[in-house]
Amino acid sequence: MSKSNNNILEVKNLCTSFFTDEGEVKAVDGVDFFIEKGKTVGIVGESGSGKSITSLSILRLIQEPAGKIVNGEIIFKGENLLEKSKKEMRAIRGNNISMIFQEPMTSLNPTMTCGEQIAESIRIHQKLSRKEAKEKAIEMLKLVGIPSPEKRVKQYPFELSGGMRQRVMIAIALACNPELLIADEPTTALDVTIQAQILDLIRKLQKELGTSLMIITHDLGVVAEMCETVAVMYCGKIVEYADVKTILTNPKHPYTIGLLNSVPRHDQHYEGDLPVIKGSVPSPFNLPKGCRFATRCPHARDICHNQLPELKTMDDGNQVRCWIHTDVWEKQEEEVASNS
Amino acid sequence: MLTFIIRRFLQIIPVMIGVTLAVFLMMHLIPGDPAQIMAGERADEAQVEQMRENLGLNDPLHEQYLRYVGNAIQGDLGTSIRTNRPVVNEIFDSRIWITIELAFWGTVLAVIFGLIAGIISATRKYSFADVSLMIVALFGMSMPNFWLGIMLIYFFSVNLGWFPIVGWESWKHMVLPVITIGSGGAAIIARMTRSSMLEVLDNDYIRTAHAKGVSERLVVYKHALRNALIPVVTVVGLQFGTLLGGAVITETVFAVNGIGRLVVDAIKARDFPMVQGAILVCAVAFVLVNFLVDIAYRLINKRIDLN
Amino acid sequence: MSKQPLLEVKNLKQYFPIKGGVLGRTVNHVKAVDDISFEVYEGETVSIVGESGCGKSTTGRAILRLDEPTAGEVNFDGEDLLSLNKSKMREKRKDLQIIFQDPYASLNPRQTVGQIIEEVLKIQNIGTSSKDRREKIISLLETVGIGAHQVDRYPHEFSGGQRQRIGIARALSVNPKLIICDEAVSALDVSIQAQVLNLLKELQRKFQLTYLFISHDLGVVRHISDRIIVMYLGKVVEISDTQSLFENPQHPYTRALLSAIPSMNFEEEKRERIILTGDVPSPIDPPKGCRFHTRCPYKMERCAIEEPVLNSVSDGQRVACHLVEKGAVDYTKIPVNS
Repeated sequence: MSKSNNNILEVKNLCTSFFTDEGEVKAVDGVDFFIEKGKTVGIVGESGSGKSITSLSILRLIQEPAGKIVNGEIIFKGENLLEKSKKEMRAIRGNNISMIFQEPMTSLNPTMTCGEQIAESIRIHQKLSRKEAKEKAIEMLKLVGIPSPEKRVKQYPFELSGGMRQRVMIAIALACNPELLIADEPTTALDVTIQAQILDLIRKLQKELGTSLMIITHDLGVVAEMCETVAVMYCGKIVEYADVKTILTNPKHPYTIGLLNSVPRHDQHYEGDLPVIKGSVPSPFNLPKGCRFATRCPHARDICHNQLPELKTMDDGNQVRCWIHTDVWEKQEEEVASNS
Repeated sequence: MLTFIIRRFLQIIPVMIGVTLAVFLMMHLIPGDPAQIMAGERADEAQVEQMRENLGLNDPLHEQYLRYVGNAIQGDLGTSIRTNRPVVNEIFDSRIWITIELAFWGTVLAVIFGLIAGIISATRKYSFADVSLMIVALFGMSMPNFWLGIMLIYFFSVNLGWFPIVGWESWKHMVLPVITIGSGGAAIIARMTRSSMLEVLDNDYIRTAHAKGVSERLVVYKHALRNALIPVVTVVGLQFGTLLGGAVITETVFAVNGIGRLVVDAIKARDFPMVQGAILVCAVAFVLVNFLVDIAYRLINKRIDLN
Repeated sequence: MSKQPLLEVKNLKQYFPIKGGVLGRTVNHVKAVDDISFEVYEGETVSIVGESGCGKSTTGRAILRLDEPTAGEVNFDGEDLLSLNKSKMREKRKDLQIIFQDPYASLNPRQTVGQIIEEVLKIQNIGTSSKDRREKIISLLETVGIGAHQVDRYPHEFSGGQRQRIGIARALSVNPKLIICDEAVSALDVSIQAQVLNLLKELQRKFQLTYLFISHDLGVVRHISDRIIVMYLGKVVEISDTQSLFENPQHPYTRALLSAIPSMNFEEEKRERIILTGDVPSPIDPPKGCRFHTRCPYKMERCAIEEPVLNSVSDGQRVACHLVEKGAVDYTKIPVNS
C-alpha cells in the first residue's frame, strides 16, 4: 500500500455530521483512505457504521441543512471537491464520478423511460443532440448486457426485473465513462444468481474501461470477490484498513475478527452455536469515550474505555485502530505481570 | 389504454343507476305526498288526484323508475312547475353554461395557484415563504364561500370599486366569483402538492438524479413534479364536486344566474322536477369529470393496473 | 425423530388470479406454488430456500392459511388444516406460529411490548389472571434476552435485533409446536443475526420446537437446518439433508445457486463459477417440462417436454431432474452446453 500520486481519490479526515433535535450525530468521524487508479477499494461495516454517508459525502450528496460535511478534504485528481462550487460539482457528478445505489427498484424515476434516464446524463455532460444521446443510450444498454436494447430503451423501469434495473443503473453511471465509480451496496437487493451476474458485469466493465471502483457493502463475500483493499468501519471510524487477504484471513481488529466469525458460511460446516459479538452498536448520541468498540470487545481494558486509539500503521503497511496493537498494551501486560 | 377506457366507462353504468335511483326516490322519500305538495296546499282532493295521475304516481314504483330513466335518456326531464317550460331547456339554454364557465375558471385558478404555492413551499421547506403560504392556505380552506364572497364584494367592489358587485356579463364580473369559488380548491391543492412533493423529493431516484449531475431546477420540475402530480390529479377531480356545491352559494352571493341559483330558486318554489333535473345533471357532470381525471391519472402514472 | 411427520404438505397449490380484459375476468393465474409435497418431523429444522418468486414465502403463508391455498392438503399433527372451519383453525394457530422478516411492521406501534404479548395470551385463553399473565410475559421476555424493566416500552424504543426477539417471544407465548420463520433474520446486521440464530437454536433445544425456516441466505440455512428444500418457480427441485446438499448438490439449479454465492474463502482455489444467464421466467406462464430448462447449463431435449419428478438419489436426498433419474452423478464428468 504505497502512497503515490497515482491516487484517483484521497479522503482526508472526513467528518460528516447530522444535526437533529437530540444533538449532533457524527456519522463519519475522521475517515482517511485513498483509491489508486484502476483499483477497487471496499468499505465494509454494519448499519450505522457511516459507510454509506462516506460515499455520499464524496459526491457531496448529503442533504443540507440536516447533514453537513464539517471537516476534511476530498482530493479527486489533485483537487479538493469540498472547495468546488455547486456548478462545478454538478459537472463532476455523473461525468467524472458516478454512483450506483442499493435499491434498483426505487433508484430509477418511475415516470421516465430507461432510455430517457440514460440519455439525460449523456446530454448534460457531453452536449449531444437528443438523437445522438438516444443512440448512445442503446449502445450503453448493449454494453451492460440487456437483450434487445432498442426495445428496452422505450420501456419504463416497472417493466423490468430487479436485475435489469440494476443494469440500467450501471448504464446510467457508466454513460459518460467516469474515472471513479462508487457502488453503494450494488447487489444487496438482488437474488444471488442475479448478484453473480451483476458483480461479473461490474468486474468486466471495470477491466474494459479502466474505472476505479469503490464498493460499499456489508457482505464480506462481495468484498472477497471484488476488492483489493478494504476499510472496515465501525461507528463512524475506520477500525482496520488493509489488503483484502489480510482482512479475510488474518484480521487484527477484534471487531473485524468478530464480524468474520459471526457470518454463517455456506462453504463451511460447523457444529454448535455461531461465535457472536455480544451486545449491540452503541447509540450515536452516546458513543463511548474511548474505543467505540470497547463496550462489545472481549479484550477491552481500562485504557480502551477511556482513550480512543489512533489508526496505527503496522510494519506491513496495514492500519489498525486498537490498543492491543500498540506498545502500550505490552507495557500494561508487563505491569500486570510484575504486580502479581 | 383502450381497454382501460372501456372498462372505466362501463364502471359508470352502475354509478348512473345509483344516481338516477337516488334522484328518483328523492321524490318519494320526502315527507308527505308529492302530488299534494306539487298541487299546492289549497288544492282539493280531485286536483291532487289529477296531479297524481299526471305524474304517474299510481303506477308501480319500478315502472315509474323505468319511465323516468327512459325519459331522461331521451332528454326529457319533465316540466318545471314554476315556469311551465321543459326542465332540459331551463338548464341547458343558459344556466349550465354559466356554471361550467364559473367552475372551469375556478378550477384553473385553483390548479395554477395551488401548484405554484405548493412547489414554492416544498422546495423551501420551513422557510418564511413556506410558512406564510401554508397559513394563507389554511385560511383559504377554512373560509366559508359566502363569507369570502361577501368580504370580496365589500373590499373590491364597494370600497375600491374595482369590480362590479353582481351579475355575469364581462370578465370583470367573473373575477370575484371565480376567486371565491376557486380559493378553497387552491388551498387544498397547495397543501397536497407540498406534501406530495416533499415525499417525492425524499425518494431514491431524486438522489440518483443529483448523482447524475442534474441541476436543482430540473430535479424539481422534470424528476419530482411529474411524480408529485399523481395524487394531486385525483384531488383536482374531487375538487370539481365541491366546486359544483360551492356554485350554489357563490352564485347566490353574486346573483349569477347559473345552475346553482336555479336549484336554490327551484327548492324555494318546491319545483320538484326542476330540482331533480338539476341534481341529475350535476351528478352526471361530476361522474364525467372524474372519468376524465382517471384517464389523465393513468396517462401520468403508467404503472397503475387495470384493477 | 418420530416416524410420523408433524407437518405433511401434500400436492399444495397456490394460484393467484390475474384479472384483466374489459370485464375484469380472471384471465390467468400466477402459479406461485405449483403442486409441492414435503414433510417436517418433530424437533427438526427444515429450510425452504430459493430466490424471489420461487414460492417459498407463499408456501409458509399457505400452510397457516394466511392466504387460502388453491388445492392440496396440509396435515398437521394428524389433521388436515385446510379442512378446518375458521374457529377450529384459530384454535390450531396456537400450535403454529410465524415470525416475519420485518419485526417492526408486525408489531403494533401503539402497544407496549407487554400488551402485544398479553393480547396473544388472551386470544388463546392462556393465564388465569392479569397478574399471572404478567409473570408469564416477563419470563418469556427474559427467555429471549429482554429485561423485565423493558416490558412497558413501545416497539420503537428497541433496536431491530431486539424487535425480532420480541417477535420470537410473542410466537413462543402460546407454546407452539411449529414456528415458521419467514426470512426472520434477513433484515438484521451480521453480528445481531448471529445472536438471533443462536437464540432460535437454544429455544429449539429448550422447548422441543420444530422450525420451518424460509430464507434466501444459504449460509444461514446451512447453519440452522437439518434438511433443506430447494424451490424454483413454484416447484421443489431438491430435498436433501444439509450436509449432502452443500457437499454434493445434485440439481443443476442448486449447484448454480451455491456457486453464485460470493465466497469469503481465500485458502481454497477459486472455484469454477456457474453464472446463470437471464432472469427467472414468469410464474404466469412457466416453461413446459422442467421449469429450469431455459437457464440450465445441462439442458437435454426431453427437459423441454417432460416434467421431472422428485426421485431419490441417495439416502435422504431427492432431486427432480432427468440427469439424475438413475442416481447421483459426478458433474465434473458432464459436459456443459454452450
